Order: sequence, then structure tokens, then C-alpha cells
Amino acid sequence: MSVSGLGGEFALIGMAESAVGIVPDKSPRELCVQVTLDAIEDAGLTLAEVDGLITCNAFAEPIMYHAEAVAEYIGWQPRHCVTVNTGGGTTFMALNMAAAAIHAGMADTIVVAMGDSLRSFMTREQAMVVQSSSGHPHYEQPYGPTVPAYYALIARAHMHQFGTTEPQFAEAAVSCRAWATQHPKAQMRDPISVEDVMNSRAIADPLKVLDCSLVSDGGAAVVITRKDRAKDGPHKAITLLGYGEGHAYEHISQAKDLTTSAAVQSGQAAYAEAGLTPDDINLLQLYDCFTPALLIQIEDLGFCGKGEGGDWLASGISRPGGSKPMNTHGGMLSYCHPGNPGAMFGLTEAITQMRGDAGERQLPNMRTALCHAQGGIMSSHATIILGVEH
Amino acid sequence: MAKPVPRPTPTEQPFYDACAAGKLVLQRCHSCGHALFYPRTHCDACHSDQLVWEDASGTGTIATYTVVRRGVSADFEAPYVIALIDLDEGPRMMSQIVGADPDGLAVGLSVKVDFAAWSEDITLPLFRLHPALDGGDA
Repeated sequence: MSVSGLGGEFALIGMAESAVGIVPDKSPRELCVQVTLDAIEDAGLTLAEVDGLITCNAFAEPIMYHAEAVAEYIGWQPRHCVTVNTGGGTTFMALNMAAAAIHAGMADTIVVAMGDSLRSFMTREQAMVVQSSSGHPHYEQPYGPTVPAYYALIARAHMHQFGTTEPQFAEAAVSCRAWATQHPKAQMRDPISVEDVMNSRAIADPLKVLDCSLVSDGGAAVVITRKDRAKDGPHKAITLLGYGEGHAYEHISQAKDLTTSAAVQSGQAAYAEAGLTPDDINLLQLYDCFTPALLIQIEDLGFCGKGEGGDWLASGISRPGGSKPMNTHGGMLSYCHPGNPGAMFGLTEAITQMRGDAGERQLPNMRTALCHAQGGIMSSHATIILGVEH
Repeated sequence: MAKPVPRPTPTEQPFYDACAAGKLVLQRCHSCGHALFYPRTHCDACHSDQLVWEDASGTGTIATYTVVRRGVSADFEAPYVIALIDLDEGPRMMSQIVGADPDGLAVGLSVKVDFAAWSEDITLPLFRLHPALDGGDA
């Protein structure tokens, strides 16, 4: 047992996704309800056999007691019920809190569920304003920064420090889209080239619209329990081998380092707990809110040297057929990005690949996957490493 | 919607009072000598609460910047430049760079503070390129 309390003792036994992309017929709460019930069914359990629920709030439908409201809608009184909010990093921090709660005897089996509808339940301006409100209300927001602008500041710093180029950032979007063309549910499925990204509409220099993740609706959930309880389910249990967190700051103007993130700390902790190195990872499911965020995670999680992320991406290593497949569902750049739940789809895709259910895009010899999520502006980070036995 | 405007806390008020008077001020820690921004009750280096306000030089360099092509709301007319400024005293702050051709911006260029009214009560610091400090024409 290490800092996280995961370390091979817990397993993911169920998962579910809602429809993703543009889903106007269900509210964020209803998406969360649906994936909660579907994930329990996927685990081969009944509601009575699950005694914990962890959710995150929805931008498009904030609820003061979110998890309780979801349980109430279902007609369920779970023993443990809590709402977690660490932005985009919530997904895996919630998973770790679920493991810790089980370890502490607060519950035996927990659903971690999230849903949001930035696309259909908010106007474009509302979605922009609510997301940019992560900026400091006195020392950032008055100047009018957008979320893409925050990441553009990071991109420019990386270009200046390491000579990274705009086409190298574009390679990240091209790689994710190449995978999305193989996923029937992906919101964006038309292949794109580096030239397409470079010629797309300028948003905040050096970022163009195709460097930016989608605005979507969608929900996803997973079921976690102790590994020794996970043997009788309908699917192969996916083991949580390692977990780590890193927290550097909240506001980008307070970052001590603009180009190296606390993904270094979260990754090192997760590798140490799992007893693995970057070379051992078969699948990378990273947090691609913007192309420079993805590039920096690749470096900080040790898949290449610092400053070499641009060359790594341009080599094609992460695309279909490459030796380090990354974001095989298409990521938030091409699959779905409904807000805080975004990284859940990186996790559900990793589970799908490890079960061998990924169809056209199925990877061979899937034994390990690393999933990473971050909140704020490269502020707080969470890394999980998953394993499956064949 | 309108531009977001700070509502200063008592701790922050001296900063905004100085801005209204056309001066940039920073807190300096009497215990460890660290200059800090944004205003706080405690030093973010040594955690002492012995902080004193002092006049800042108002000059610094561009740590990074972006030209925002799509404004955050109708109250911000694009394009405009958001930058992180490394003040000569050490702290970094977010601001806008005004009056500059976006193509003439670069990381490392010198800037000097200016001020603009954001509301009836609040004046904020902005920055302009200061080529004299980079060996060019002022």
C-alpha cells in the first residue's frame, strides 16, 4: 500500500458511456443517472449490491448536493455518497477517493459517475465564460483571458524554451483524429492533416481551433471494488496498479514553471506504485484539452525527454500502427469533451481496449494502460496505471 | 455581461489605491526579503505575515504572451494581447499589453506599466513595450 491505497488491490469491474457528442435529449443529471445504472448492469450487479456513489458537478446544471441528487433521482440511498471537484482531474482523483473509501470500510463497491452537457445545455458564450472563470477573479479574469489563451501562454513558452513549432502541436490533433476515424461514436471522424490544423481559424495565437478540444455532451461511469470481490463478474477485471497526484498551483500566472507540469510528480508516483516504467505502458490515454497540454504530458510522464515532445508526436509513434498508441478513442480533441467528465472517456476506452472489445481499433497484447487527467491550467494532475491479466 | 472587475478585500485595497494613483506597488516580506504578487496576508516563500508595501519599478519583461483572436465575451473586442509579465522585482503577473503590433511582440522584450480605468472605482495595470530598455528607440 502506498500513498494512494490502490496498488493492485482494487479493480474496475463495470463501465458505461452515454451517447456522446451532441445529446440534447438528456440533461446532465439524466446522463449521470443513466451511466450509473448502465455501469452497475455492466458489472453484473444490482443496485442493492452497490453501496457508494461519487460524482462531480456539472457546469450546465450545477447542483449543490450533486451526488445526492443523482441518487435521489434513481431512488437509491447509497451508504457513501459524495461530490468531488478538482476540475478535469476529478475523474481519477475521484477513483482514488473511491479506493480509499473502500479501504477505509466506508463502502464495498462504488460507482464513479459523471455527465455534463456544455454543448446542448449552454450557449457558446456561457460555456466560454464559465470555463474561463477558473482564472483568478482579481488578477486574471479582468484582462479577458479565455481558456485557449491560458494554454496559448504555455504553448508560446514551450516554443521559446525548446524550439517547439506550431506544426508539431498540430501533430497531436492529427494523431487523435486518425484514431477517431476508427471509432463509430466519435464526434469528429473526418481525417485531418497538419495543414488542416494550421489553416484552421485562429483562436489565441499560436492555437487554432483544431488545437482545441471539442465542446460536447456526454457521461461515463465505472464501478470499482476490491480485487478479491471482482472474480465473478461478466468481464475481465481491470486492476488499478498505480496512482499518483501532483498539485503545483491553481492560476497559471502563479506557475513557477510554465513548461514542466506536476504531471512529473503524478507520473512518478504512479509508476513507483505499479512497479512499471514508461517503456512498459502499452496504451497512453492522456488529457488533450489543447494540443500543447498533450505534448507536455508526453514529456512529463517520461515517454520522451523534456523538450522532445514535438519530435515524438511528429514521428507518428502515437498514431494507428505506431508503437505507443495514444488516445485511441480520439481523445477530447475528436471523441468527446463535455467538461469535467472528459477524462472518463480516456478511462472507458482503456477498459474497452483491455477487455478486447475495441473492434476495428483494437490493440494487440493489451496488458497495461496509463490514463492521465489534469485540472485547472496544467495545475493539478492525476495519473492511473491499469493492468489486465490474460 | 460586463468586464469582470475586482472587488478588493481589505488586504488588497492598497494595491488598487496605488493603481488609481498611477503607481504599481508590491508587497515585500520583511522576514525573508521576497517580493510577492498577488497581494496576500502571508509571504508565499517563508509564510511570515510581516509584509510591507513598496513602490515597484513598473518595468519587466514578457515571459509569454498570446494574441486572443476570439474574445471571452462581447465586452472584450478581439484581437487583444494577454501576457505574463516578469516584473524586475521578481513576481510574475498577468496583464494585457496595449498599443503594440502583435507581430512585434516576443518573449523577453521589455515592458513598462501603464494604467487604465476598468470601472468607476477600479484602475488596473496594463503594459506597453519599452524598447528603450532593449536598446531601441523609446
